[in-house]
Amino acid sequence: MPYTNQAAALIHSVKAVGERLIAANPVELAVGNVVRRVLHIVREEDLSLTTAAMAGLNLSAESDDEDDTDRDNHPALSAAAIAAASRSTLRPPSLQTLLEDVPDSAAVPHTSSSGGDSEGKSKSADKSSRSRKLKHDVIEAVNELIQDISTCHELIAEQAVEHIHQNEVILTLGSSRTVLEFLCAAKEKKRSFRVFVAEGAPRYQGHLLAKELVTRGLQTTLITDSAVFAMISRVNMVIVGAHAVMANGGVIAPVGLNMVALAAQKHAVPFVVLAGSHKLCPLYPHHPEVLLNELRSPSELLDFGEFSDCLDFGSGIGAPLLHVVNPTFDYVPPKLVSLFITDTGGHNPSYMYRLIADYYSADDLVLERRTTSGN
Amino acid sequence: MGAQKKGATARVSEDPEELARHPLQAILLADSFTTKFRPITLERPKVLLPLVNIPMINYTLAWLESAGVEEVFVFCCAHSKQVIDYLESSEWSSQPNFSVTTIESHNSISAGDALRLIYERNVIHGDFVLIRGDTVSNMSLTQALQEHKDRRKKDANAIMTMVVKQSKPSPITQQSRLGTDELFMAINPVTKQLLYYEDKAEYSKGFISLDKTLIADNPSVILHNDKQDCYIDICSQEVLSLFTDNFDYQHLRRHFVKGLLVDDIMGYKIFTHEIHSSYAARIDNFRSYDTISKDIIQRWTYPFVPDVLCGSSAIKVERQGTYRASDVTLSRSAQLGSFIFIGQGTKIGNDTKISHSVIGERCTIGSNVTIEGSYIWNNVTIEDGCQLRNAIVCDGVILKSGAVLQPGVILSFKVVVGQQFVVPAYSKVSLLQQPTQQDSDEELEYADSTSGTGELRSDKLNGDIAPDLSETASELGTGGVGYIWKVFEGAYDEEWRHSVAPIPTDKLVKLMLDRDEDEELLTQDGNVISASGELKTDSDGNGSEDDDNEDSRDDYVSFEKEVEATFLRAVHENVKVDLAVLEVNALRLSYNMASVDCGGAIFYSMMKLAVESPHNSASELHRNAADIVTTWQKLLKSFLHDIDEEIEVILKFEEMCLESAKDFAALFPQILHLLYDKEILQEDAILRWADEKEGADESDKVFLKRSEKFIQWLREAEEEEEEDE
Repeated sequence: MPYTNQAAALIHSVKAVGERLIAANPVELAVGNVVRRVLHIVREEDLSLTTAAMAGLNLSAESDDEDDTDRDNHPALSAAAIAAASRSTLRPPSLQTLLEDVPDSAAVPHTSSSGGDSEGKSKSADKSSRSRKLKHDVIEAVNELIQDISTCHELIAEQAVEHIHQNEVILTLGSSRTVLEFLCAAKEKKRSFRVFVAEGAPRYQGHLLAKELVTRGLQTTLITDSAVFAMISRVNMVIVGAHAVMANGGVIAPVGLNMVALAAQKHAVPFVVLAGSHKLCPLYPHHPEVLLNELRSPSELLDFGEFSDCLDFGSGIGAPLLHVVNPTFDYVPPKLVSLFITDTGGHNPSYMYRLIADYYSADDLVLERRTTSGN
Repeated sequence: MGAQKKGATARVSEDPEELARHPLQAILLADSFTTKFRPITLERPKVLLPLVNIPMINYTLAWLESAGVEEVFVFCCAHSKQVIDYLESSEWSSQPNFSVTTIESHNSISAGDALRLIYERNVIHGDFVLIRGDTVSNMSLTQALQEHKDRRKKDANAIMTMVVKQSKPSPITQQSRLGTDELFMAINPVTKQLLYYEDKAEYSKGFISLDKTLIADNPSVILHNDKQDCYIDICSQEVLSLFTDNFDYQHLRRHFVKGLLVDDIMGYKIFTHEIHSSYAARIDNFRSYDTISKDIIQRWTYPFVPDVLCGSSAIKVERQGTYRASDVTLSRSAQLGSFIFIGQGTKIGNDTKISHSVIGERCTIGSNVTIEGSYIWNNVTIEDGCQLRNAIVCDGVILKSGAVLQPGVILSFKVVVGQQFVVPAYSKVSLLQQPTQQDSDEELEYADSTSGTGELRSDKLNGDIAPDLSETASELGTGGVGYIWKVFEGAYDEEWRHSVAPIPTDKLVKLMLDRDEDEELLTQDGNVISASGELKTDSDGNGSEDDDNEDSRDDYVSFEKEVEATFLRAVHENVKVDLAVLEVNALRLSYNMASVDCGGAIFYSMMKLAVESPHNSASELHRNAADIVTTWQKLLKSFLHDIDEEIEVILKFEEMCLESAKDFAALFPQILHLLYDKEILQEDAILRWADEKEGADESDKVFLKRSEKFIQWLREAEEEEEEDE
């Protein structure tokens, strides 16, 4: 299909690269998320340029199908101002703006898809200047995204004092940089609290976390994963990191966390998940594209040399009687999660789909299938 | 001029550092130089055989790349063209920072030849990794390399680091999980130096023999039989030149490693690096093909597992270790068991049962087929009602309906098995006829001649299949195509040991019985190393006196003779005492004697010399003895460290007086006195001896009575001393 405009071409090539990136490590959902975010940025910038151009040319009749109220209300604004406004909508919105903008945001998927169709209608007079502008805007917005991702730990940690109170006991499992910085931020604000760290077998990253917490001067207790239920009654809050947050508010988290979440539910302890917005995945866990888990080597669980006689297929029935399963992740259903703390603030699991509608275009949700069918 | 020279020397001194900074290189031998995978390897090189549906060499190359190797030289010999074509068309030819260069040879018949050729090419500039193309690993090289480099800095003779992994051999079959023979390695636990390597121990004898110097020279040695050789070696450049210098080195382990271990002139050393959490193993035979496939499916080789290597979108892991490609056509009623792999485009019919098997791409499997523990490669057609157990089925094979493969069957490329035909267990079937002339040396692969004819043969087959078909119809049922290879005499034993099929229970029972018998034998004869590799401890503590074993008695007698000969030579050739001590010590070690025995033996030789030298009277004999004792007292003293040893000398003397040198009988107290005077015997020793003898039989007390006066005198002297104090 011939590309009549730069944006479509850009989207196509970003998709092609994105597909390869995702295929390289399908378990790391954040890769797909960032690719989709970039695609969304391209679409949004293109859309805002188109509406701006149309507004400038006073071709309001053609923009009838666009119910982007923001722009319709201010048709006289200069293109630059509209672009800035549209970029502001790309910024991580607060819960309030989300709630206010519900009807508009719901229409976003529709507008963005129709945006591509309306491209052909726009005149080519200002094409070269527009494409230069598009490039500039996209680069700027992507830089902003990079900035967002790199500062997400700090943004999340800033909220620590709102959640951790004096003399509380916090439980966490395994190790997560976000959790570490969150706890340390609370410590820096002179909150005094204790941390229980479940070691996170079989990779025992909890040991590293405990070490790190102790060097930062936090009162730390290391427990085995199996002791979580016994200890949970003394805990005020469970704070954990996530591998990915799904569209339904479910969490893909290091193995063992589902057990912790169930224990927390049993004792009515809040289960709080920290996740940067790049971990927010627009897919649902039942989606066939989602690879929920990764099975790692059994050598993390047992020593091959010691068990080599159990794996001798030369004698006996010739089939392995010992099967070692070493999954990396657990799926924690949304009903077990009390709160998500992202770089844009705290959210209920049921609000995840709203954030997703804001960050991603509906067209990009199924990245692989679209591109393969397109080819 | 002087400054220039200085600069030059400085550059030279920098050289090792520069070498260390060279990109890490690896030599990958894409030829096993064995015939264990025949008949399959007549048509395709071993490294390209699929291992869980991915050519073996991919595992090796993927590992080398991940381990930080930047330059790989793939040495190909048999079917070199196929290997080169494959590598050129694969992704490996276009990897950044990872170059794969092929080196082709047509006349190399062993790993030794290959390394000599690579040496001539002069492409290796520093330490390199030597690996076979059939090795699967996920270990990290960083630590092993660092250890190797550190050792090299300290000792330039540390030229090789061998990677080993713990893996217990089966106690019944004496073979490892990988179907190779039980391997014995002696390793110094502190330095990790490899001291002994034996992979062809003779079980019929039930023992292995170690060189005594091994134990003498090393403060501690651990003999392992639970280590598996991973066939991953980190070598220094010298290894290549050593192969060139020793043109008879063929086999890497049997010739090179053992050669270096035995050779103490050059002083080259081999060290080991044991890996714990990571995996490494080499596919040596069909047994290890089976084992390693199962290890891969169980993900011990992670991240080198099919779903990661192929990309997870193509292959997904499901519950119970089921790997399934995205577009498998599976009947609703088919039953897929655990630990299976099903490749792309494969169709599986109704009520087919599959377990513990690997099925390649584009296979068609009919209804009511049973597949257990089998390896089915690509484009295989299996018609309804076939049964396969522990078989390997190569590309393009057709099994007509109702065909049965018994355990251990190997069907090479494009074989057709007729309807209802039962292929007997352990048969190897190929379109190519069995080479009539088997190589006399089973280790050396054909390379040129046989593979050449093999290719010719297949060309001919393509030309006129019809005559072949009629010719072989009888061999594989109606409509069957292929020859069943005959098993060579004496190879029956290998058949079940190295087969993909597990060892049948009747064999295991038989082995178990044999082993029990062996053990009985071993317990009867306590002086050998038991089959499980335990060294019988015959330490210095218990002298040969307690040991009424015939063997050690004989040993002692011959030891005594040797010592006597040494002593006489020392006397006649005026050898220095120090040297004589050294020689006797060497004898002691080689006969595994305690220093007690030495003292006794030396004293015996001294007295014998005194008796044998001409004398007319007792006094003359006494003088002779005195002379000798005076001259050689230092020698004797150096073996008498404590009282027990001195008592031993007295007992020995007593024995002599009774048996061999009766002349001394009369002189017993005098000689005793002499020894006391020369400070060879302390009074404590004599008194203790006297006390011990006190309770003995009358006949034993003869000499005690004779020396009563002397002992009396000693006792009084002692009392006086005490009184003085």
